[in-house]
Amino acid sequence: MSNMRSLTFDAIIIGGGGSGLRAALELAKSGKKTAVLSKVFPTRSHTVSAQGGITCAIASADPNDDWRWHMYDTVKGGDYIADQDAAEYMCSEGPKAVFELEHMGLPFSRFDNGRIYQRPFGGQSKDFGKGGQAARTCAAADRTGHALLHTLYQNNLKNNTTFLNEWYAVDLVKNANGDVVGCIAMCIETGELVHVKSKATVLATGGAGRIYASTTNALINTGDGIGMALRAGFPMQDMEMWQFHPTGIYGAGTLVTEGCRGEGGYLINKDGERFMERYAPNAKDLAGRDVVARSMVMEILEGRGCGEKGDHVFLKLDHLGEEVLGKRLPGIVELSKTFAHVDPAKEPIPVVPTCHYMMGGIPTNVHGQAIMQDEDGNDQIVNGLFACGEAACVSVHGANRLGGNSLLDLVVFGRAAGMYIESALNEGIEYLDATQSDIDAAMKRLNRWNESSGGESVPALKAELQEIMQSDFGVFRQEDNMQDGVKKLAELRERIANAHLGDKSNAFNTARVEALELDNLMEVAEATAISALERKESRGAHSRYDYPDRDDVNWLKHSLFFPATKTLGKRDVNFTPKTVDTFEPKVRTY
Amino acid sequence: MSMLQVSVYRYNPETDSAPYMQEFQVDTQGRDVMVLNVLAMIKEQDSSMAYRRSCREGVCGSDGMNMNGKNGLACITPLSEVVKGGKLTLRPLPGLPVIRDLVVDMALFYKQYERIQPYLQNDTPDPAIERLQSPEDRDKLDGLYECILCACCSTSCPSFWWNPDKFVGPAGLLQSYRFLADSRDTATSERLAELEDPFSVFRCRGIMNCVAVCPKGLNPTRAIGKIREMLLANAT
Amino acid sequence: MVTNITNFGRSGLSDWLLQRASAVILALYTLFVVGYLLLHPNLDYATWSGLFGSTWMRIFSLLAFVSMAAHAWIGLWTVTTDYLKPTAIRIAAQAVIILAIFVFLVWGVQVLWGA
Repeated sequence: MSNMRSLTFDAIIIGGGGSGLRAALELAKSGKKTAVLSKVFPTRSHTVSAQGGITCAIASADPNDDWRWHMYDTVKGGDYIADQDAAEYMCSEGPKAVFELEHMGLPFSRFDNGRIYQRPFGGQSKDFGKGGQAARTCAAADRTGHALLHTLYQNNLKNNTTFLNEWYAVDLVKNANGDVVGCIAMCIETGELVHVKSKATVLATGGAGRIYASTTNALINTGDGIGMALRAGFPMQDMEMWQFHPTGIYGAGTLVTEGCRGEGGYLINKDGERFMERYAPNAKDLAGRDVVARSMVMEILEGRGCGEKGDHVFLKLDHLGEEVLGKRLPGIVELSKTFAHVDPAKEPIPVVPTCHYMMGGIPTNVHGQAIMQDEDGNDQIVNGLFACGEAACVSVHGANRLGGNSLLDLVVFGRAAGMYIESALNEGIEYLDATQSDIDAAMKRLNRWNESSGGESVPALKAELQEIMQSDFGVFRQEDNMQDGVKKLAELRERIANAHLGDKSNAFNTARVEALELDNLMEVAEATAISALERKESRGAHSRYDYPDRDDVNWLKHSLFFPATKTLGKRDVNFTPKTVDTFEPKVRTY
Repeated sequence: MSMLQVSVYRYNPETDSAPYMQEFQVDTQGRDVMVLNVLAMIKEQDSSMAYRRSCREGVCGSDGMNMNGKNGLACITPLSEVVKGGKLTLRPLPGLPVIRDLVVDMALFYKQYERIQPYLQNDTPDPAIERLQSPEDRDKLDGLYECILCACCSTSCPSFWWNPDKFVGPAGLLQSYRFLADSRDTATSERLAELEDPFSVFRCRGIMNCVAVCPKGLNPTRAIGKIREMLLANAT
Repeated sequence: MVTNITNFGRSGLSDWLLQRASAVILALYTLFVVGYLLLHPNLDYATWSGLFGSTWMRIFSLLAFVSMAAHAWIGLWTVTTDYLKPTAIRIAAQAVIILAIFVFLVWGVQVLWGA
């Protein structure tokens, strides 16, 4: 493919969701030649589905609120493997980032005094857990993600960011030194392949919830950035940590925000009992998501589930009244009517824990620089590669993310990556150009699909992968099942390597995109499976029947999955925030 | 019988000289699934079937299409709502060039959106915290900011069909009013000056197809009326 | 902002307002004429001619004619810009429309004030 066109940018941002657009905005303002490359029009990115809000100590609901309390909640919520320097950065920089969003026009809901409306969310406390429930989640009704994403897109338009919309990044291009110097991308509309050259490549590709059969995630959440980084040989961190959101609509998987419980809703079992009072006497329905999700599964397993099959529980909202529902949760009313055929003002919504968020991802520092390990186990920066948002693991979420922290993560670390890249570009970056063989390496898998002449179909293989992950790597895990799952995934990998792309046309060929996505799902699933099998403890979202306790002696660590050897290593968690005392690991109760 | 007969608009620019309708039989097993689920089943039969989709819950605006003659989002339209006589006809959004099958070229639609300067403009220095806004002023944005840019409204609007290059269209005008109505925006007169020509706003004939099809229940016609009121108040 | 040189008021707002004002005048005029005819079932030429002989009726009629001219031009201009995409055809059609409106207007004035 020597006749391939090339495009050159100072920075290329792959992914047009919240973090990608925030990074792009920073770079566009600085005048750097930046492009956002997104496989969907940016406002179709999954950030748009975020509902409840963006958690941040802006001291609106409580004038005495303190970002340190938010940091404490975040570290505790993450079951102590969140990096404390990163959590410190996010929580202290957060207010600045949220006020910026407001100045850009984000239509936040308001209190009577005109300040931004904040609602209680799970795992929030005042005074380091001693002052009761906090209300720290800034909201635009229950459409905060939509409002945020559109606001960021609008401000990128204002600042003339270059967009490559409906372009798909196929693989990273590395030079002879192993630096990332761009990517191969495909214009979906025409099928044209382009070599994108860039001094900074930012993976802002979001999550990969589609490795599970039941997920709140959009159909596009196929872990493309994770797949690209793994194929390029870079390690992944904490990939066993998948958040199951307590309230996905039963049967449909669509999300019902935690804000419902923040506004006063609660979960009930088939006896009408508010069962969270038993599992988390203080925080009740607003305990950490991992805790609530496990409690729900326990109720179901112990025969107190609702419905004919007893396989879900109910979220009760009718006592809030139509006015609160209409004002604070209008989107939820709409979604439950559409997907559960239930009017929440009259009946409870059937819900079940549903795959929601990938805490793991590409390990980065607070500047978004991707990290790998050298032979001695020391951190080493990957030249040219950055990640932010759900694709990255900074790690602020540790083993379990708090509600509302994902949107904050997006804007804080999107912004941080943008600022860092701007200053790095100002200082000057020079990497070796990619050679033809470097480019050919990045073209390998696309060529494989294009040359396939027979084999299994993509949708069937995808469904199989999702079933394996759903049954063997769900809310509760155990050795036997996971070993079985890992084995099945290994076989599936072989079959996917021989699968068939039937449609080889060029114009808007979605079959080709879905085939390329399947490769990425496979990479993410395998990294998840092996990491989950090897982490022999229960921590945060990772719960094992066979190792029910947290093991701080051996596992107060990040896991690091190495794709070349398919083995799991460890990486130290940061316990040295700069301006506050370390939060020492404690038993985690709500 | 749970077989659903689906007639789909097909066009591949590389192989077809003209678009045509293709018939599919889809086994829904009697369930009242969404139209998007039906499309996924069709794609399993024929992987070359092209359509856009993302969130599958009606908030991203990817899968706007024409279902049995009416624009809407495939992901939140149950079969029971559209299927008549056991038959479903799917066509791309009308009035925009077709790229392939159900995928339309939305460049004109986006251009009209960009034209109204869809971002907050405020010429006072940013305060250290947020700009204050009363709940009453914030309420004025309800029914406006929720637009998902699916283009169901603009592509059902005859005025937009005839003048997609000059008439902003219901989606763009709804967003235009979203910023005109925002107490934090200070560019009101500049915005109005851009709209007072005979096409941008005034080509709206009050047909109200936009209101009838909006999957989010928004009312662009009302917003257009408000813009007219503001123009009138500004100029008389 | 879309610029135009062929529309009536050079502004969508003034066209829009004129269209509505002229419609009101035409409605009033129609109501008056229809009402007058209903109230005079055995109308003869002398009465009818007398009505148009009075100055106020001539002014009212002239107002209605001018309104008709403006209303027709704004409406038909819109129709031509909607449906006639080739520029030459559109300009030609607009010229014919203008000419017709002008002729009808002059004719009307002649009828009213000529006798």
